[in-house]
Order: sequence, then structure tokens, then C-alpha cells
Amino acid sequence: MTATLAVLVFDGLAYGVLLYLLSVGLSVTLGLMNFVNLAHGAFAMLGGYTAVVLMRDAGWPFLATLPAAFAASAAVGAVLEATLYRRLYAAAHLEQLLFSIGLVFVSVGAATWAFGPQQQPVALPAFLRGQWALGAGIELGRYRVFLLAFGAVLTAALGLAVARTRFGAQLRAAVDHATAARGLGIAVGRVFAIAFAAGCGLAGLGGALAIDLMGLDPTFPLRTLVIVLTVVAAGGAGTLRGPLLLALGLGIVDVLGKYFVPQAGAFVTWTALIALLLARPQGLVALARGRA
Amino acid sequence: MSDPVSNAFPVDPQRGTPADMAARSRRRVLAGLGALPLTGLASRLAQAAPDEPLRIGLIVTLSGPFAEFGHQMENGVRLWLRQRGDSVAGRRVELLLKDDTGPAPDVAKRLAIELATRDKVHVLAGFAFTPNAVAAAPVATQAKLPMLVMNAASAGVTQKSPYIARTSFTLPQVSAPMGQWAAKNGVKRAATLVSDYAPGIDAETAFRKAFEAAGGQLADAVRVPLKNPEFAPFLQKLKDAKPDAVFVFLPSGEPAIAFMKGFDERGLKAAGIRLLATGDVTDDASIDAIGDAALGTITTHHWSMAHDSPLNRAYVKLWTDAYGAKTRPNQVSVASWDAMNALWAALERTRGVADGDTLIGAMKGLRIDSPRGPVTLDAATRDITQTVYVRRVEKRDGRLFNVEFDRFADVRADVA
Repeated sequence: MTATLAVLVFDGLAYGVLLYLLSVGLSVTLGLMNFVNLAHGAFAMLGGYTAVVLMRDAGWPFLATLPAAFAASAAVGAVLEATLYRRLYAAAHLEQLLFSIGLVFVSVGAATWAFGPQQQPVALPAFLRGQWALGAGIELGRYRVFLLAFGAVLTAALGLAVARTRFGAQLRAAVDHATAARGLGIAVGRVFAIAFAAGCGLAGLGGALAIDLMGLDPTFPLRTLVIVLTVVAAGGAGTLRGPLLLALGLGIVDVLGKYFVPQAGAFVTWTALIALLLARPQGLVALARGRA
Repeated sequence: MSDPVSNAFPVDPQRGTPADMAARSRRRVLAGLGALPLTGLASRLAQAAPDEPLRIGLIVTLSGPFAEFGHQMENGVRLWLRQRGDSVAGRRVELLLKDDTGPAPDVAKRLAIELATRDKVHVLAGFAFTPNAVAAAPVATQAKLPMLVMNAASAGVTQKSPYIARTSFTLPQVSAPMGQWAAKNGVKRAATLVSDYAPGIDAETAFRKAFEAAGGQLADAVRVPLKNPEFAPFLQKLKDAKPDAVFVFLPSGEPAIAFMKGFDERGLKAAGIRLLATGDVTDDASIDAIGDAALGTITTHHWSMAHDSPLNRAYVKLWTDAYGAKTRPNQVSVASWDAMNALWAALERTRGVADGDTLIGAMKGLRIDSPRGPVTLDAATRDITQTVYVRRVEKRDGRLFNVEFDRFADVRADVA
């Protein structure tokens, strides 16, 4: 029983990290930049298709496709930022929401046209398949261990980038008070453009990492929309720590709930979330910022 | 026509006063006169009907997560037209395509009404999902339109209207044979895992009944949510139950792919648990996406791309020539091809007469040669009776196929 429990908690953590990797880009665009970007999943899907096409048609190894997925989504994100998103930074949230959900439908149609409605095959390299037996009946999926490690490194790097680098300071300044930041000589437009592209790139990276567990088809942005928004909004928009903690908790609750009370389905998970939001309407980790 | 009254309706003096008699005979005359041109018109209509194109209203899923179903249906139908030409029994055939967007009974019903009243179609066809078929059934009944179900696989769909015929399969039809086969082939304890909706419960029930009747013992029955399931906890549950085999039904596509990969990853295969499933899980359109994790899976279903017959080889070649080798046909395309096949055969029987009662009547007991082998539309239920094959996933020339190695002949759709 303890072995099973250990495996379940591990599975929950790995699932949580996957959710976090999928949503971390959104904690940059929605959380830090305060743009309601429902099209986040579209950039994730772009990363996924980039990885699949490079593996299948160009014969790239899986790990090499990850930076490519980041780059492709970041590039498309930068172009869309310069042409479309930029116009809506000052707009109301409802307008941002309508624009970005429209973008989702365009992306679904485009992906169906380009790749067809079917699921895309993805084959992980041999060293990421199968399980490691740790003894005492504990067996851990290799890809899940890889996800955990990847998530830890990425979280640390991202935390450092936002909190310790000059660019991170500029970004926080630009988000908190664009006018004052401009007055200090910060090129706010450029900072936003880079941050937005990075957020999209992270989405692409998350998408490429998620396809083995979540599959990839043109409805990927819609399928992942609710869970990704939940992680960022209920975790605490504007923080990086909140979504991470929430994703991990969500993963563990989901896996344990399904194992011990399968007949309740997703009920356990969403009940836990409702309880959380009743107790902490601002999200798991409340924003320490002065404004609402 | 000298004196139709006296000839046709001899007067009976005992039936009433002369005035009554006169009135009654006038009515009879009028009725008699009216009937003559009407019968003439009817026979002329029957002759004239073949000049009017036969309109088929296809209600298929062309957008959303289940667009693959619509894709397969449309391709199957168009393949038939490509092969046989677009006219039958002297009538040109027109297709009208409508997108029901997925499991959406309200949309399917609205589209069926539009097709019946505005577009005046002669036949309704398509229906990937049971709820959609059930919602459209009353429209078929009221408008007296034959309705060809090309997928929707819950038991009893054809009972929803006397005008429905089904060319696909039912879940009990393919799940019960697996229960029998498993019990006969060394599986003593089996666990089941199905999607938690009507077809899943159909599959679970049919497998359990057949398996237990043949002496098997059920170790666990797991139902998983239809959408976005993370399979880790369910797979762990199956692993802990330590059965000889797991029987699975999941809709083809993303859930089936995620499950198959997880089954391999989590070492259930390595632990010696055999994987049994309905053919949905390893269907030809998604087996490439599952990859080598599918190897060795045993499934029961009615069609495989690897089915060995001249007709099937011709079908697969036709598909590959039309749509390329990258996309693969699955059982949905074959059921759609066969719906056209049955419609053609029925129209040849009725010489192009396409009113609902005549046409559905011609389909009762109809036997057609399908790429899957000969199939019959049952005379009473209009549901399909067919051979169910036992298959194993193997690699041939570097590609994965469901290779048949055993069969259950003439399995009825309503197998108990």
C-alpha cells in the first residue's frame, strides 16, 4: 500500500508539473503582463506540431525539437504581438478575451487544414520510455521523472530571470507602471514584445512536452483551455510560485481522487478548487502588489 | 366510358330512398372519376420519379474533436460515388453535407428537419453518435425518410424509427465475442476499463455477461471520464488488481492513444497482463499514432485494413489512390461505403422508386458484399448481422495492422 501511495503521489506530481509546464507561459502573458490571452493553447499546439513535424519528417531527435518548438512559437508570438496583440494592451479585458478566443478558432481551423483532424503520432526516444524500478514495488515512469526534472530546472531559471536579471526588473517595472517606467528610460514596448514572445515560446515548449501524455490534434487549444486558465488564475495571477503550487496540488488531488474514488470522476478535483477559491479568492498565492 | 355508374355500382333498391340512392351514386361517380386520373398520375409519377435527382442528406461531424469521423464518412461515400458513378437505376444522385459538430443531438435534429423540409432529401445518412441518431429518428419517422446509420453503435438504435437501417456495428456485437474468446483462451480473471457513457457501458455489460457465462471471473470494472482522462491512477488500479487480462473500450482517437501508451509505459504489458479491446481502440486511423505500444493487443471488430479478401484489397487501393498512403481508412469509412452499397442495391430493386416505405422495405433482409465480407441487414430489425473477427496487432512491412486470426460468424447486432 505504501508503495502504491508513493507511486500515486509521484504520478500526481508529474501530472502537476506537466500542467505547470503547459501554463507557465500564460503566467507570463496573463499573470505578469495582465493580458487575457485565451490563445495560449494555440501557441502550445504550434509547439506540438513543430516537434511532431521535425521528428517525423526531418528525423530530429525528441530533445532537439524542444528548443525548436520554443523558437517557433516565440517567433509567431512576436509577429502577432507586433501586428495584433500590441493594439489591445490598453483595451478592456473583454476585448482581449474576444480577440484571443477568435485567434483560438482560427488556429483550430488552420491546424485542421494543414494537418487534418486526426491525432498526431509521437514517439519518445527509448531512454524516456518505460519505467525505473526502485525496489519495494516502486516503479517510476521515466518520462515522468524527466518532466519533474525539466520542470524544476525551468522553474528555477524562470524565477531567476524575473527576480534577478535586469530584464526581469524592467518587465516588473513596465507592468507595474508603464508611464513611470518609460520616464526612467525603459523601452516599454520592446520589453513587452520580448516578454510576450517568451511567454509564447514557453507555451510551445509546454505543448511539445505535453503531446505524449495529452495527444495532439487541432482541438488541443480548446481541450487545454480550462485547465491552463485554472492553474494560472486560481494559483495566483501575477506570481510564478502560485501556479506551480496549484498545479502540483491539482495533479496530486486528481490522481489520488481517481484511484480511491473513481466513481466520483473529476468531482473531487473541482470541489477542491471551489473550496480553495472560497477560502482564497485572490488565488493560492495572493498578489503582493498594491493595486487590485 | 359509356355508363360507369350502372356498370361499376349496380343500384340496390333495398339500400334506401331513390333520393338517397341518387346522392350516394353521385358521390360514387365522383369518387370513381377522381380515382381514375389519380391512379394514372401515380403511375406517371412512378415513371417520372427517376428523372428527378435523388438527394442524400449526410449529417456528419466535420469540425471539432471528432472531425475524423466526418472525414472518414465523407471519404467513404465519395469513394463509392467515384467507383460506381453518381447515378443509380437511372437516377442522378446528389449529396448534401451538413456538419453536426460532434455529439450534439439538438444540432443533428435541426439539420435533419432542414434536410427533410427545405432541401426535400430522399434519404438521411451519417450519424457518428448515438444521441444524434436518436434525436434525428423521429424526423425520419414523420417524413418517412430512410435513415442510414453509418456509425452510432449503441444497441437498439434501429428501434428508434421503422425507417432506420444500420451498416456499422453495435458494441455488444463486438464485445460479447471477446468475452467468449477470452474465457476459451486461458483468461480466468479479467478486469474491464471503459469510457463512462452509454456505448462504454454497453461494451462492459456485453463482455461481462459473455465472459462470466463462459466461466470467467471479473476482477474489477473501471469506468473513466470521456474527456481528458489522465490514465495514471486508473492504470495503477488495474495493475494492483492483477488480472490475467484487461478488456478495454474507449472511443478511438486521443483517449485510446493515451491509454495504450500508458499501458505499455506503466509496465502492465511487462507484468504479463494481456490487453483485450474492441477494435475502436486500435482502429486503423489512429494505430500509427499509438505506435509500437499497440503490438500484441488482441481486439474484436468487424473490419480491418488487413482483412484478406479481393474486395477489401480493392477498397484499400481505391482509398490510397484517392487520398494518399498517409491517411488510413477505418471502419467508419467502410460502414459509409456500405451504406451507399445498400442504398444502391435497394434502388436497383425498386427501379429507382425512393419513397420511404418502398426503399426501407427493399433493405430488409438485404445481403451485400462488403469489404469486410458478406453482411445482412436483418429483415426484422434493419440492423447489421456480420462476422466479427479476432485480431492481433502486428507489424507488416514496417506498419502496424490488426491481423485477423479467428472469427465469430453471423453475429447479430442485438446479441444478448
